[in-house]
Amino acid sequence: MTTTLPILGDTPTLPADPSMLDDAARAAVPTTPFGLYVHVPFCATRCGYCDFNTYTSDELGPGANRSEYAATAIAELELAARVLGPEPPEISTVFVGGGTPTLLPAADLVAVLDRARQLFPVAPDVEVTTEANPESVTPESLAVLRAGGFTRISLGMQSAAPHVLAVLDRRHTPGRAAAAAREARAAGFEHVNLDLIYGAPGETDADWDLSLQAVLDAPVDHVSAYALIVEQGTKLARRVARGELPMPDDDVLADRYEQADRVLRGAGLEWYEVSNWATDRAARCRHNELYWANAHWWGIGPGAHSHVGGLRWWNVKHPAAYAARLAEGSHPAAGAERLTPEDVALETVMLGLRLRDGLALTALSDAGRARAADAVARGLLDPEAHAAGRAVLTDPGRLLADALVRDLTD
Amino acid sequence: MGSTVTAPARTDPARIRNFCIIAHIDHGKSTLADRMLEVTGIIEARQMRAQYLDRMDIERERGITIKSQNVRLPWSPREGEHAGVEHVLDMIDTPGHVDFTYEVSRSLAACEGAVLLVDAAQGIEAQTLANLYLAIENDLTIIPVLNKIDLPAAQPEKYAAEIAHIIGCDPDDVLRVSGKTGEGVPELLDRIVERIPAPTGVDEGPARAMIFDSVYDIYRGVITYVRVVDGRINSRDRIKMMSTGATHELLEIGVISPEPKPVEGLGVGEVGYFITGVKDVRQSKVGDTVTLQHAAATEAIGGYSDPKPMVYSGLYPVDGSDYQLLREALDKLLLNDAALTYEPETSAALGFGFRVGFLGLLHLEIVRERLERESNLSLISTAPNVVYRVEMEDGSEHVVTNPSDWPHGKMNAIYEPVVNATVIAPSDYTGTIMELCQSRRGSLSGMDYLSESRVELRYTLPLGEIIFDFFDALKSRTRGYASLDYAEAGEQQSDLVKVDILLQGEAVDAFSSIVHKDKAYSYGVMMAGKLRELIPRQQFEVPIQAAVGARVIARETVRAIRKDVLAKCYGGDISRKRKLLEKQKEGKKRMKMVGRVEVPQEAFVAALSNAEPTKK
Repeated sequence: MTTTLPILGDTPTLPADPSMLDDAARAAVPTTPFGLYVHVPFCATRCGYCDFNTYTSDELGPGANRSEYAATAIAELELAARVLGPEPPEISTVFVGGGTPTLLPAADLVAVLDRARQLFPVAPDVEVTTEANPESVTPESLAVLRAGGFTRISLGMQSAAPHVLAVLDRRHTPGRAAAAAREARAAGFEHVNLDLIYGAPGETDADWDLSLQAVLDAPVDHVSAYALIVEQGTKLARRVARGELPMPDDDVLADRYEQADRVLRGAGLEWYEVSNWATDRAARCRHNELYWANAHWWGIGPGAHSHVGGLRWWNVKHPAAYAARLAEGSHPAAGAERLTPEDVALETVMLGLRLRDGLALTALSDAGRARAADAVARGLLDPEAHAAGRAVLTDPGRLLADALVRDLTD
Repeated sequence: MGSTVTAPARTDPARIRNFCIIAHIDHGKSTLADRMLEVTGIIEARQMRAQYLDRMDIERERGITIKSQNVRLPWSPREGEHAGVEHVLDMIDTPGHVDFTYEVSRSLAACEGAVLLVDAAQGIEAQTLANLYLAIENDLTIIPVLNKIDLPAAQPEKYAAEIAHIIGCDPDDVLRVSGKTGEGVPELLDRIVERIPAPTGVDEGPARAMIFDSVYDIYRGVITYVRVVDGRINSRDRIKMMSTGATHELLEIGVISPEPKPVEGLGVGEVGYFITGVKDVRQSKVGDTVTLQHAAATEAIGGYSDPKPMVYSGLYPVDGSDYQLLREALDKLLLNDAALTYEPETSAALGFGFRVGFLGLLHLEIVRERLERESNLSLISTAPNVVYRVEMEDGSEHVVTNPSDWPHGKMNAIYEPVVNATVIAPSDYTGTIMELCQSRRGSLSGMDYLSESRVELRYTLPLGEIIFDFFDALKSRTRGYASLDYAEAGEQQSDLVKVDILLQGEAVDAFSSIVHKDKAYSYGVMMAGKLRELIPRQQFEVPIQAAVGARVIARETVRAIRKDVLAKCYGGDISRKRKLLEKQKEGKKRMKMVGRVEVPQEAFVAALSNAEPTKK
């Protein structure tokens, strides 16, 4: 089962079987909560802005088609259990993302979850999220998911303005996302999130306000709002390059962000990460918090990333190549890196600073702490939190988080 | 070269003709020289390469001659008084640019005659005219020649008349040749023997030879080119440089025909080279007189002067760690360039570099290009400036070669160098040229019609006004027809000020410039506007100010950046985002810090690359 793979760190170790996860990594597993991510690499159509690892064809090859995908994902789940065994960690969160997970029959998603419960111990208060597109859920499918153990749903709404949805190549009608949210609540989901994208070409302040109001009209306890990023290689990037669409302006994006924060806060949703708002602590997405805490997780599926005990690896991207690896009994990783102490230090700041709870100043070097004091003076870090030993972004600081990370980690 | 009477060291001066070719760039001098090498038989057609005598790549690429070359050609006239008698023609190929006027003057001093070569399709150009006047002043016999008569656009009658008007000969005396086909070249060689006087000198007296060029060769050290005026230098002699008194043993003495060939010595009137093993052209200065250590001459030939830098610029490595490499490259170039001067300087903005003095803009360009090309360096050069003299109220005086050194305090008078410039162009452009010269603070000192359709305009202009983009502006306003020449003409008192550019209140030394009071505002607005585009937004607002002393004359603002955060950061994004941050941090390290403002290297390069004092 040993495979030779490109390794970015210096130690070419991959957890292809239990013996290959080194003792240090293994020992580190129980030190953090453990999450499971399941990637579903299918979409009905590809949106112009999207650079995720997703495929619209249903003829991807053996094991990689939609109908066989759950079985393939389960094969990796079994591999994970072997590698992490004999006493695998307790799963505290599960997140099914994509792609469009709900393009698979709800029963398939439940089957994957069921198999995970057989292979791993699961926390009694486990959070189980699935992403979904508003047009690919029904009250029936939602009921199946809920009954199968899903507790949280994250719906891709993006915008309430038809012309913005058109620019983004989204297929649903403006009202559908809120309707789907209501259906999810009705089906018994405890937590419902709507995703928004702002700053698309042609979007006005009024459009954005309309989107925010639409979200607030829906029964959500969580909102994610993302500035549109023109990713290289996307159709959107080509259209911008050709001059058909303007590049989103950073100042406009800053305005939109402030607008979102104002409206959401007014409705009782507080930011807890740069792009995420929730009604209270219980409504926060614990799975994402696990990423931001640099905790451990195993990513199932093509292109999925994993992080276990300082070892990070990512699977081959194409579903067919992924399925073939698993079919022959080998690990589907395409590459890996062992995080150096410097990497970990940088990631800790990079991730922690984005959080409402912030970062312990002790995570910074002496020079970094001096710069943190300067950042307080410049209004980017909260003075009270700083006095209490933490680096917490102020409102303007949130918009300059990356610049601040660079400053604090020089 | 069979005859013993024309063998080196034994040549009867009566059989020698020393001449140079005066021509404008592109008028075909190097091609004509190529044909002469062929016609005289010293090089066979199959060994021929174009521009045989131009050795540096830059010379071939740009079609210009930077270093003088010379070649000894045997020629027996086919008819006339000297028919059938073998003569020695020494052709000295002169640099063709205003920056090298001194070198030209020394080359001319080594000759008795000059071939005035003019493109039959373009007519005489300003630079040619300047060198022609220099030749006439040196009492050289001028042989006027129209080249490129094979071109369909050639107008030999028109330009023969023009030349006749300028040098006062008969239009029929103007020879017509084609360097391309070789037509008329033998006739030209005949004419050289017939018209140009043989050198005269004292055969038995103390030896005196004038250095008209010296070049550094990595294998052989310095090769010095000389013209013997009096006496004889033999291969076993010890020679003495009259300017310094330094003596050297001759390792080799020879002639170029067309490759170097050692000989037993050089006699009166002969042109050749010698090698002493010195490694620096400063020990063999152009214009210096060479004599023998024993039986030394007491009086130098005259005309020697030290090269004087006219234009200064700061040169900085783009990558600060290349500083040592730049120093070594300059040291190397110095071996071959007696006119180059430099000293280390530190710029708050650009780090460690050198303030380099040049003869002119072409010299600057060539030096920069050679540094970059031969040493693989990437350089930033600050805007070139001239040398100013500032008299203070307290009677002290400052010579300013760097705007950063501009004195503070009350000034009595400021002097800037001026040049006498000659512009030749079709007369249709007279108005445009006058406008341009006036906008550059020029004053018209004279104007002549060379022919019905061509005009010569003479202006006195501040050198500082023409070292930026004057020539480009002139060319673009005259559709390329105008030619320019200038010669230093002392200094004038002017109302000059130093314009500082401030980022967040902090002056950036690399952007300071000395400009005329009336132009300070436009320079400030231009530079501030340019920098607003070039400086990336920072976490705080960055005011860009142009100031004269404490007075702000222009202001722009780089608004503070409001958003520098990626929207998403989930499990699969972490590695990618960490690597992006590391890359951004690397980029940050390459920024130059001006106070708290991060300025990318590229901004300096772009801001300084064409920092014209006025808008085009």
